[in-house]
Amino acid sequence: MSMELHRCFRCGWCKLPSDFVDYNCPSYAKFRFESFSPGGRLWLIRAWLNRELTWSENFAKILFSCVACKNCAEQCKMRFKDEIVDWITSAKSLAIEKGLAPPKVRDFLENIAKHGNPWGLPRAQRASWLDLNKFEGEEDLLYIGCECAYEERGQKMAKNVIELFKIAGLSFGTLGNEEECDGNEAYMLGELGLFQELASKNTQKFKELGVKKVITISPHAFNAMKKYPNRDFEVLHFTQLLLELIQKGKLKLSELDLTVTYHDPCFLGRHNGIYSEPRKILKSIPGLKLVEMKRNKENSFCCGGGSGNFVFDLLGGSESPARLRVREALNTGAEILAVACPICKAMFEDAVKDEASDLEVKDIAEILLRSAERI
Amino acid sequence: MDKIYKALAEIVGEEFVSNRKEELYIYSRDSGLSEPRFPDYVVMPRTVEEVQKIIQLANKEKIHVVPAGASLSLSGLTIPQKGGIVIDMRRMDRILELNRKGRYVVLEAGVTQGKLQAFLEENAPDLCHSLPEAPPSATVVGNLVIHGQGNLTQAYGFNSSMISGLEVVLPNGEICRIGSCSLSPYWFSIEPLPYLAGLFLGWFGTTGVITKVGLRLYPKKKLRDVELFVLEDPKLVSEVIYRVTHTEMAEDITTVAQPYPLMFQGTIMIGIYLTGDTEEELEFKRRLIWSSLSELIKAKEGGFMALTPDMKVGFLEKPMSSLTRSADILKGGGFVYCGAIIPIEKFPEALKKLFEIAERNGVTFAHTGRVIGRGHCMMFAFAYPFNRADLERMEKAKRALFDSYVATLEIGGVPWKPGAEEQKLILERMDKNSVELIKRIRELLDPNKIMNPGNWEVEL
Repeated sequence: MSMELHRCFRCGWCKLPSDFVDYNCPSYAKFRFESFSPGGRLWLIRAWLNRELTWSENFAKILFSCVACKNCAEQCKMRFKDEIVDWITSAKSLAIEKGLAPPKVRDFLENIAKHGNPWGLPRAQRASWLDLNKFEGEEDLLYIGCECAYEERGQKMAKNVIELFKIAGLSFGTLGNEEECDGNEAYMLGELGLFQELASKNTQKFKELGVKKVITISPHAFNAMKKYPNRDFEVLHFTQLLLELIQKGKLKLSELDLTVTYHDPCFLGRHNGIYSEPRKILKSIPGLKLVEMKRNKENSFCCGGGSGNFVFDLLGGSESPARLRVREALNTGAEILAVACPICKAMFEDAVKDEASDLEVKDIAEILLRSAERI
Repeated sequence: MDKIYKALAEIVGEEFVSNRKEELYIYSRDSGLSEPRFPDYVVMPRTVEEVQKIIQLANKEKIHVVPAGASLSLSGLTIPQKGGIVIDMRRMDRILELNRKGRYVVLEAGVTQGKLQAFLEENAPDLCHSLPEAPPSATVVGNLVIHGQGNLTQAYGFNSSMISGLEVVLPNGEICRIGSCSLSPYWFSIEPLPYLAGLFLGWFGTTGVITKVGLRLYPKKKLRDVELFVLEDPKLVSEVIYRVTHTEMAEDITTVAQPYPLMFQGTIMIGIYLTGDTEEELEFKRRLIWSSLSELIKAKEGGFMALTPDMKVGFLEKPMSSLTRSADILKGGGFVYCGAIIPIEKFPEALKKLFEIAERNGVTFAHTGRVIGRGHCMMFAFAYPFNRADLERMEKAKRALFDSYVATLEIGGVPWKPGAEEQKLILERMDKNSVELIKRIRELLDPNKIMNPGNWEVEL
């Protein structure tokens, strides 16, 4: 890594979206010191590796407040653009290896390793709320994920997805309490050993059960599973499957008089190039008006929850990315901010409360369910 | 907690002041080859009143102040030569007014080129400002304060001549407005009052902190195209520029000469940009320009090169990302250049100097240039990419850069945005009474010598 870091010119294209309308790097938008920009971060990593700078609490904050949203890689004009996120992840990895990670990050990873979730909650609670049969060779495996399993708002989102699948007559099951963390945040925080362990456990489990297709609710899980080595199962995000169900006529939709704006999650959009499916779902609902925020698709502005920040939240405060994004959503005149990720949902619901706004944050499945149930 | 840090935190809020080593490290250097110099504090104000309080504090504590935009000059102009407080202006990023009919905009000092470009695209798509080839993260005021150029420079002169009003915090902390905005709510003109704007442009923050600017906008035509005239004899470049500028049909005229790719070696390319609201207008302009060069084409001295659609996309991108990408030519994350402002007839001499300097120092090189006014002068860049991980190459590029500044002065040119060391070269050669005037103005405005010391510093 250190052989290439010097190639960053610190020109600053990486801070912006492609139309330059505002700063699009969440940590730079929040802190505004150049040190928190992608280029500043890369120069500081190089200085740390060259022993020009020693580790500090502030450097830890600079490093771990990178949410791996990938805007920098999307906008960088250099040939090494695709390596930027990996360089930052490698620096996090080195910090973890040297035992330098901030306590909150360390606890986050330890909880995943010991308890299979970042909060350290009992494994027995993972599916205690879930009224669904365990996977027994059905067509699809619905992977719930930590954010949906342990977080009330995520649970609601999972229930919406399940309800839609039932309406469509889908054959599916879940792993219940046997589900393991997907490992996306471990990967993005540079704990590659833990990621590999989780990937191996999940792949093995899926193999044992004969799983051929996994449907994830969280784009983070979707992203992680796409990276699993020796993967012999198909992975879909739930929005991809829902669109298929609509197109096959398995979900009949009634009119909803709503104005909605859609937020692209980084791990569905920039990391995996899925932009159109969620929009097509929303547009398929009669009466629903979809309005775009200025920053959308490849230019979407991250909620600030990636790389574990939905738990340890180094980017919180009055100018947090989530609050900035909620203000942008309000500017569209939409009454609903639609999301396709349980982390975005939680981040934005908190932000809406902090902003004392009337904007409603709804997952796409909830909006779709409202339309489908009216039939 | 140290008292200056505490005082700064009271002014801007604790989250926007730092004396932590990481911020001090980043603000101690830019992407060029200037020696790092560490500030003591970095502070990010949001309002002119906060800037005022910072300046008042600096006077009280006799601490130096360096105003900074995106620090992209590549010549170290925002590196604090003698420590002190770096004021990062980029939180002051509001676009305050658009006067569409009067064709001007009022904005704060931290607004980026990209933000203004996006704002106009949305709110006044038939208007534009003169956009430099700097990355879109560069600030508008940063470009103005160094007398930058842009795509409208050939038609309207240096970008700094497009200023229609200024708000400045003087070195004593007073807030001062310049131009029509000093006596009227409208920021439409600097003239016809005494030309006080000159006290703050080209001075690199040594005479005050610009906090707001009124900037003229110009018609943005619906269509834009580029023609590439290629020739081999550098002596003919000024003739080509003279002929094309005489038609008054071009939006922008640029020059390129570089050894790579090999197909371009030994040639000089002149980019002639055209705009029009209709294909007919564009074609009319194109014909006049072709006709102006027909004699040279007939004499086989040069000709227009056919550009593929892909090549055109690159040339027409605003700003051109390929220029930023040249920093990675040596897979090394850096390039520096001496932007020589020269009479156009000096082009052959400057190009010869560039080849000599590159050969003498053993460095890779490139030339890009832009015509300023109707051929009144041009910016001739002596550019040298370097590898940030190769100290020897960096040293060579640094020597080549210094030689280029000397060469600029030798051929009768004026270096643009010179760094602290190169400013000394200029002051040594400048008329003594002009130097004395610079000194007296600085002493008058900044008796405590707090403003960006080390820059335009006269030691008589």
